Amino acid sequence: MLIINNLKASIGGKSILKGISLHVKPGEIHAIMGPNGSGKSTLAAVLAGREFVEITEGTVTYLGKNLLDMTPEDRAKEGIFLGFQYPIEIPGVSMVNFMKTAVNEHRKHKGLDPLSASDFLKLMRDKKELVEIDSKLANRSVNEGFSGGEKKKNEIFQMAMLEPRLAILDETDSGLDIDALRIVANGVNKLKRPDNSFIVITHYQRLLDYIVPDVVHVLYDGRIVKTAGKELALELEEKGYDWIKKEIENNVTA
Amino acid sequence: MNGKSEITEKYLGLYKDNIGEISGISSPFINGFRASAFEKFSELGIPSKKNEAYKYTNLDIFFNHDYENYFMPVPSDFIKAEAFRCEVTDLDTYGIVLLNGFYPTLNEKLRQLPSGVWIGSLNEASLRFPDKFEKHFGKYAKSENDGLIHLNTAMASDGVFVYVPEGVTLTKPVQVVNLVQSDEDMFNQHRNLIIAEKNSNFSIIICDHTLSPQKFLTNAVTEVFVGENAHFDIIRVQNEHNNACKITNTFIHQEKNSVTSSNNITLHGGLIRNSTYHTLAGEGAESHSYGLFLADKWQHVDNFVNVDHAVPHCTSNQLFKGVLDDMSTGAFNGRILVRPDAQGTLAYQKNNNILLTDDAKMDSKPQLEIFADDVKCSHGATIGQLNGDALFYLQSRGIDKREARLMLMFGFAHEVIQNIKVEALRERMDNLVMQRLKGELSRCASCLVKCG
Repeated sequence: MLIINNLKASIGGKSILKGISLHVKPGEIHAIMGPNGSGKSTLAAVLAGREFVEITEGTVTYLGKNLLDMTPEDRAKEGIFLGFQYPIEIPGVSMVNFMKTAVNEHRKHKGLDPLSASDFLKLMRDKKELVEIDSKLANRSVNEGFSGGEKKKNEIFQMAMLEPRLAILDETDSGLDIDALRIVANGVNKLKRPDNSFIVITHYQRLLDYIVPDVVHVLYDGRIVKTAGKELALELEEKGYDWIKKEIENNVTA
Repeated sequence: MNGKSEITEKYLGLYKDNIGEISGISSPFINGFRASAFEKFSELGIPSKKNEAYKYTNLDIFFNHDYENYFMPVPSDFIKAEAFRCEVTDLDTYGIVLLNGFYPTLNEKLRQLPSGVWIGSLNEASLRFPDKFEKHFGKYAKSENDGLIHLNTAMASDGVFVYVPEGVTLTKPVQVVNLVQSDEDMFNQHRNLIIAEKNSNFSIIICDHTLSPQKFLTNAVTEVFVGENAHFDIIRVQNEHNNACKITNTFIHQEKNSVTSSNNITLHGGLIRNSTYHTLAGEGAESHSYGLFLADKWQHVDNFVNVDHAVPHCTSNQLFKGVLDDMSTGAFNGRILVRPDAQGTLAYQKNNNILLTDDAKMDSKPQLEIFADDVKCSHGATIGQLNGDALFYLQSRGIDKREARLMLMFGFAHEVIQNIKVEALRERMDNLVMQRLKGELSRCASCLVKCG
């Protein structure tokens, strides 16, 4: 589904990603963990198409196509979804109008007619139930005045509406209480299918109690320094990141 | 020249040439204000850019022009005006049409609506209801630095009169359609008086249209009295051609516990200056002043707001927004005056503007003068481009950049439009703004003129 090969990227001339390779297959959940400043969010930004990140080397292939050549909106329509770490408030734009436009853009891309008003509202209702978000949120402006938890749940709701093939959740768990965390995780688990994949970026192991990853990567200083099964997350929770940092420093000096 | 500018001299002359005819068709009470207003005008003159309140707006190009006439109505004009129909058909209102500032019905110059409400000609009302009229006319439109207010008092002879008695709620809004139409370049002035007695509740919609391509200059003054505990909304929709200059001066005087809102939506116009004066004269009064403009080409739109917290425990709120394209220019000047006794004042002001090109220009000036100490005041102004993060957020959901920009601009504008309480009008404004933003309306809606 997604093949990242030796990806290097910088922001404002400062090198952030220093050669990342990653292979995500259909149906897999990959967790990317790592300390602050290791490049996790930059990787998410590159995959979604933010312009402020400059790609200096490497390739990203998504479903056989060169992802880096595609506009953000085309990536979305091809099935990539980014769950934002800090969802944006957009006063004056209603959730309904936002989602209707997005869903119909996706449908147009697939050669389908726009949904009728009633079909669209039914879809909204169904997905709201699925992710257990408050009905009233959908009547408001996008994220405006939402609490931190509501914003994150709203990201999962949008994901449910757009049914992506590859969802990248950038620290969706940060700042959530345990109930909101459970709702977010349930949303992911309900949307998981054999043909779609998730990249879950997280700082803490906590989320991975609810979403069980197939593969766990540790990102440190712009590189993936460790890849293992789900047990790696537990080890990190117990011992923190220091032992990995030490291991790397020892390797460098050795 | 005795120190007066050439432009001012011209209007002094205009007064002298026309005052005989003007006085002849006006009520003695209205005529009683003219001489002193003329004195005041000749002292202050046409505002120049040296006047702090007009620092960003150059009126000269419109005031310098030689207009072929100062409008006086003849019967055939009225027949034309009566044929006009508002195209917003689902907007159910009590309608009034003004033609070049005159109430153009020959026979029924005042109409009685249910519950003792009267709407109609200003001049007629001064004759028919002297007690109501004389209590308020000329009491609120005051200015120590704007000569145009006095020029209006000196020369205007008609306009709209609305009277809503104590305790009456009007379920339908009153709609005033201001038509400007002439075969010659024309200067016109009109004067409105709106009286909302104690505990009354209603809205007025004022629609400004130009129906012929001549060069027009309009200088209008509206006085509004809002009695104790009354609720009053005024919504002005401006849709004029690029060769028209519209100057509106609205004075809203509020008594105890009254609530008002004013909303100026400028969709199109060559040079627009809207001055809105809110006087909070009774404790517990609350005022909301909103404005939105969309400008392109060489258009210039200036909103000037003056909120006077004259007594304690009043609340005021200002929200003004502008979207500027091409080489258009705009100005916002928001003054909040909190007088020494006005403790417990809450006063807010926000002015946000989006510049779509490098050539568009916006000046924003907050002016807070606070002489009381127990006061909560805030103000903020932004002038910039669309929010890049918000744009990316929309794109990341599959919405293409052009559409995403449109959605953001629409959302930006909708924050002002959502405050219009009349639903049919709110939807109409949303549609017109969307069309304008899409570039489908490079001229006024329902344009007959095609001025380009």
